[in-house]
Amino acid sequence: MNLNMNSVESLVAQIQGLSSNASDVTQLHNFLKQSEELLHSDFARLLSSLAELDPNTHSLGFLYILEACMSFPAAKEQVNELLVSVVRFINSCAAEQIRLAPDKFISVCKRFKDQVILLEAPIRGVASMLTAVRKLQSSSEQLTTLHPDFLLLCVLAKCYKTGITVLEDDIYEIDQPRDFFLYCYYGGMVCIGQKQFRKALELLHNVVTAPMSTLNAIAVEAYKKYILVSLIHLGQFSTSFPKYTSSVAQRNLKTYAQPYLELASSYGSGKIAELETFVQTNKEKFETDNNLGLVMQVVSSMYKRNIQRLTQTYLTLSLQDIANTVQLRGPKEAEMHVLQMIEDGEIYATINQKDGMVRFLEDPEQYKTCGMIEHIDSSIKRIMVLSKKLTSMDELMSCDPMYLAKVGREKQRFDFDDFDSVPQKFTV
Amino acid sequence: MEPDEDLGQIADEIYANGDETSQRHRPIISGEQLDIELYAALYSGRTKIMRLLFIADRCGNASMQLEALRMAYDEIKKGENTQLFREVVQKIDGRLGPNYGPDPAWSDAVDRRAELRKEKLENELNAYRTNLIKESIRMGYNDFGDFYYAHGQLGEAFKNYVRTRDYCTTAKHIIHMCLNAILVSIEMGQFTHVASYVSKAEQSQDALESLTVAKLRCAAGLANLEAKKYKLAARKFLEVGPELGNNYTEVIAPQDVATYGGLCALASFDRAELKSKVIDNINFRNFLELVPEIRELIHDFYTSHYATCLEYLGNLKANLLLDIHLHDHVETLYDQIRNKALIQYTHPFVSVDLNMMANAFKTSVAGLEKELEALITDNQIQARIDSHNKILYARHADQRNATFQKVLQTGREFDRDVRSMLLRANLLKHDHILRASRKH
Repeated sequence: MNLNMNSVESLVAQIQGLSSNASDVTQLHNFLKQSEELLHSDFARLLSSLAELDPNTHSLGFLYILEACMSFPAAKEQVNELLVSVVRFINSCAAEQIRLAPDKFISVCKRFKDQVILLEAPIRGVASMLTAVRKLQSSSEQLTTLHPDFLLLCVLAKCYKTGITVLEDDIYEIDQPRDFFLYCYYGGMVCIGQKQFRKALELLHNVVTAPMSTLNAIAVEAYKKYILVSLIHLGQFSTSFPKYTSSVAQRNLKTYAQPYLELASSYGSGKIAELETFVQTNKEKFETDNNLGLVMQVVSSMYKRNIQRLTQTYLTLSLQDIANTVQLRGPKEAEMHVLQMIEDGEIYATINQKDGMVRFLEDPEQYKTCGMIEHIDSSIKRIMVLSKKLTSMDELMSCDPMYLAKVGREKQRFDFDDFDSVPQKFTV
Repeated sequence: MEPDEDLGQIADEIYANGDETSQRHRPIISGEQLDIELYAALYSGRTKIMRLLFIADRCGNASMQLEALRMAYDEIKKGENTQLFREVVQKIDGRLGPNYGPDPAWSDAVDRRAELRKEKLENELNAYRTNLIKESIRMGYNDFGDFYYAHGQLGEAFKNYVRTRDYCTTAKHIIHMCLNAILVSIEMGQFTHVASYVSKAEQSQDALESLTVAKLRCAAGLANLEAKKYKLAARKFLEVGPELGNNYTEVIAPQDVATYGGLCALASFDRAELKSKVIDNINFRNFLELVPEIRELIHDFYTSHYATCLEYLGNLKANLLLDIHLHDHVETLYDQIRNKALIQYTHPFVSVDLNMMANAFKTSVAGLEKELEALITDNQIQARIDSHNKILYARHADQRNATFQKVLQTGREFDRDVRSMLLRANLLKHDHILRASRKH
């Protein structure tokens, strides 16, 4: 066979010829796997051949050639050209074809992400990566390896809103624990950027409590952020872990987050001045962790929390008194804080500027509006879906031979009665 | 005209809530200094010395200190505790003249005698042990316990008393052992031991003598007090029978039962319980008669004359701080009593004028506001302060809204928990599969 210069042409011809229906594509896939060596021999030729292919109809072939191209070290102009074709490819490729070679596709996307970051233009990759994630996913519950990369780009490009769209899907199917850890960690950062602290807390919580046999750096960093977000969102932090947390995390996480735990205990005392001096003295530590911004948010959340506490105890209070109790510099600053909080819907109050009094009101929500009822209804529906999922998962689990084998092995050690939870028909 | 006058009168009465005692000519005892001699006469044995030394350490008043030390010196000389004697001499430091110096002749003589006695006891005990006479061995250990206790070696004393347990043949012996162990434990400040030996004694099959019951109640009360379980402590003290009299002065005086019990009850009981268990308790009334201040302040509290009640408390404070058992708890108990008073005062009203309330509690409006704020934040008073008009408004939580809020919150939490649980389950499953595939 003449597998030489013109064989790239023959390859292209094959691709063009075998992209019409499913069986052809499978045949092409086998052929492409065999031509791996050829693909990695001639960069310039390959790059030019891309122009002859249509990314939509010839997705699989295009993918193989693109992957080969990207494995070569390229000059700057070529990189640019290459990135453009990657973007074009991701946008128009056919999902069913690329799913035949997911590792190739992932490798292309990962290289693409690295290049974009190298060029210091992460925003160029955000949209394409989102498309890539969607095309690779077989269902919205699946976590792909591209998820963390996409979220990383979002964080770097500060495109938090785009990131949130992916985070709104509930993820259940996970291939790689590492992907999951990173997904939750970056996801948490995206949510923090968007000030959706509840969601952020949930994601970071997942990292901290995830089952693990050895401690990893992602969990440590997540734990630090978890402490801070918990302070901002809940105003408190409980140092005890939920009992399902892995023992490794329970034993070791605290030693790595000492300044953060001290921050939390200082926050608990409720004294602004104390907190601020603590932050000042430990500024460097927070800065090296890149958490200083969040720490500052923790400090300012304390003002808010103290003002909120006042609404629980007072009906009216002068701005001067607010300034005194919350330790603000004066009534002017107190007014700014109160105003901001009213605007954000965090408190309900009216300010009387004439005599400098603030009148705190009760929450006007009466739970009588249609909107509220719809909201409750949708919550109920969501939870019903969730509990169905739980039941089906439980059933699946109790039919899983591997699980039963494990339980059966343990059962010999116990009394027969201890294992009522195992369905009777499966008693081994 | 007349209705106006009436109104004025009513307003006056409300205004004077807690203030009318001035007309009720009750002498309020001023915070006069503790009469040490009178105080010391209530106790006997080691606790007397320890209490005197405690007062000397805490009173911060030179003449009082010397007085206490002098009495402690005299008291020790009656006993055999040379170690304590040397400590006291060092504390006196020659300030009481030559009569209160380090009497080496006395202490040497006592030490020599102790040496001999110890030898004798050892020989006796060994003899008993070889003969295996249970009762004698028990007595031997008991004598050893007494010996060590007299010489201030509390740890040793406790050990020997407890050793007698194996040789106890009757329930009476066991109770005797328990009482000894309790006594030593109280002196050592080991109140967990106290509690356990009290329960041991109470488990005895035979019916206990009423005096023993009273002693055990006192000991249990002290143990609960030390453990900061004020409600339980109050109950125990309130159950102490009148048989106690002056029969347990090596630990506690009946006056103390009234003081400890009364204060703990005030701090932890609600009104109904206070009425039924303290005021209507005939037994306890006898104790209260011994300390009229406590009796008065409990009545004042119950009849809502908070100002006089707090005044009594204020006057008693200095002396209570000199009490060996109560001193650590005075602040907490006082805070709790005061908070209780504030809560009770606001409870029946829809709105309360802070000026009037401040007057009833003899405090400033600003100070009152701070206290109320703390209580509201703690959710002990359901009210909100109108700081502009200085009025406290009761706040009735809207059950419906609260329920909605709670339901939504629970829903959110369930949602979150289930999702993260499913995730964890999947991760575990993955790990499981991974390990299995590696094995094959």
